[in-house]
Amino acid sequence: MAINTTQPLPDHWGKDDARKALKLMHTIRGFEEKAEQLYMLGKIHGTMHLSIGMEASAVGSILALKPDDYILSTHRGHGHCIAKGADLKLMMAEFMGKEAGYCRGRGGSMHIADVEGGNLGANGVVGGGIPIAVGVGLGLKMQKTDKVILCFFGDGAANTGAFHEALNMTAIYELPVVFVCENNQYAMSFSVQDAMRIEEISLRAAGYGMKGVTVDGNDVVAVHQAVSEAVALARDNHAPSLVESVTYRWRGHSKSDANRYRTSEEIEKWKQRDPIQRFAATLLKENLFSQAQLEEIEQAAYADIEAAVAFADACEEPDIAGIEEGVYA
Amino acid sequence: MTRELTYLEAIREALQQEMRRDERVFLVGEDVGTYGGAFGVSLGMIDEFGADRVIDTPISELGIAGLITGAALIGMRPVGEIMFMDFITIASEQLVNQAAKIRFMFGGKATVPFVLRTPSGSGTGAAGQHSQSLENWFVHIPGIKVVAPTTPYDAKGLLIQSIRDDNPVMFIETKLLYKTKGEVPEEPYTIPLGVADIKRPGKDLTIIATQIMVKRALEAADELAKEGWDIEIIDPRTLKPLDTETIIKSVIKTGKVLIVHEAAKTGGYGGELAGVIAESEAFDYLEAPIIRLAGRDMPIPYNRNLEYHTVPQVEDIIAKARLLLEGKV
Repeated sequence: MAINTTQPLPDHWGKDDARKALKLMHTIRGFEEKAEQLYMLGKIHGTMHLSIGMEASAVGSILALKPDDYILSTHRGHGHCIAKGADLKLMMAEFMGKEAGYCRGRGGSMHIADVEGGNLGANGVVGGGIPIAVGVGLGLKMQKTDKVILCFFGDGAANTGAFHEALNMTAIYELPVVFVCENNQYAMSFSVQDAMRIEEISLRAAGYGMKGVTVDGNDVVAVHQAVSEAVALARDNHAPSLVESVTYRWRGHSKSDANRYRTSEEIEKWKQRDPIQRFAATLLKENLFSQAQLEEIEQAAYADIEAAVAFADACEEPDIAGIEEGVYA
Repeated sequence: MTRELTYLEAIREALQQEMRRDERVFLVGEDVGTYGGAFGVSLGMIDEFGADRVIDTPISELGIAGLITGAALIGMRPVGEIMFMDFITIASEQLVNQAAKIRFMFGGKATVPFVLRTPSGSGTGAAGQHSQSLENWFVHIPGIKVVAPTTPYDAKGLLIQSIRDDNPVMFIETKLLYKTKGEVPEEPYTIPLGVADIKRPGKDLTIIATQIMVKRALEAADELAKEGWDIEIIDPRTLKPLDTETIIKSVIKTGKVLIVHEAAKTGGYGGELAGVIAESEAFDYLEAPIIRLAGRDMPIPYNRNLEYHTVPQVEDIIAKARLLLEGKV
């Protein structure tokens, strides 16, 4: 398979769709690079988990949804949040712990949520979101809507008990759930090769009587097609399924990672499969955009990020007087 | 109109009436359908509400906890059942890390209104893994409310209120009380969470008892009344939030306190109650040390006699109360 481009664009993807996908991927990368810088400057504290290199997985998946569908995200969830349509200003404000942030500065990067926008939250526990997807799926079915819930998790979460219980339950209750396993090769430092004895995580779907597919997670078109099929199954047939999106994180697990468990050659090899460059190459090849237009799209994304930083910087810190608000309804 | 119901029937009636009133309410748990629940609480309910609202699950306690969390998050009002409180250990990740914290971590912008019912306590010969009283684990988790009724009347009113509450509520049922009878109004009614009940007014000693110990304390008080002692018995009914006012008032009146619960003494709820009293204005009125009578710090044994002597019995309460009443401590 060519790794310098993506699959050809599907017929139903117009110029606007392509622009949106490319801009979202640039936005995710730019936002995370900026967040990383701000962390180094001490403007963002705690820790964060960057998804740089995995942008196609988030964007390809979420563009397969309708705006009022739901997602459940992970600790590596910035890309999901942005692709789901988050306001970058409120997101950056949350990263800086400001009152205007999505979670009023109570959640930060690892717990960011936009319930109104259909993002039911990142999650600090690996596998923590998967059982919640059962309830969201059941609720949607009981409410007789045609909405679906797309639940992201990683290769590490695929080894939790939560994965087993939840996938089985969505299958027996026939719920409108799409599971997207972002296999980025490592659960912190433990490699997929060491952590399981199967080549493809999607093989596990068969154990629950559901469809499973593995897709090149650095190919936004391929991800989009696979997840679109899974969304259609969920929406039309209430058949949950599992899509494994094979990708790679360029950065360490978190800010404390010294990369002792992998080689720089391996990281370089994956950088050759940069999801953004591959998609841009496809767009050029198919004559959808000129090089100059591609650069404009990138610059527009970066301008949005600068505006978000300026907004967040100017926001107020939470008032200590309201410290306990939100513990109980 | 009131008539006599058992504690178990009162719980069932609360579930039935709430499910008739609000179609968002449903019951989910292991064997709650045709089997009727391990203790028979939901017997017959599947006939009225169908398998779509009285939902049997696989042996997946973590999945059940995730299911009710997710469904609540999108506007349903689920009632989950964990067959024995001991198995709540398996569900704890979803309860402690997810359900209890979602609202706060999301800046107060999400609501998780569910009830998780579970029976606790020893006295059934079921030994170490089916007899525990783990209420204090959850009392310690901000974001969860803990309710523990001891009469049929309280069980119905508190369960209806718990279902209508906008927070995760742990509703702890006492196995040994399931067959006890009491007057219960036919129509739906609520009892506010956080209001204690004086089960027996008195002036010589305050006994604060929870769960099965309320019944035993009442029997002990009747015995001591034959000797002329007038004992006040307070049932907190909700362990969190706690009605501190009723307790403090009582202690100011009697000057003597005996706290009785079934759970192991160390780290148990009695420590919290003692702390509340010691920190309050009631401290100056104490005529004797605050005494805790609780389960031994050991697992519940199988042998009938050993089991009996592991947790406080009526004669133990009489003996401790007498020491306090006679000024011997």
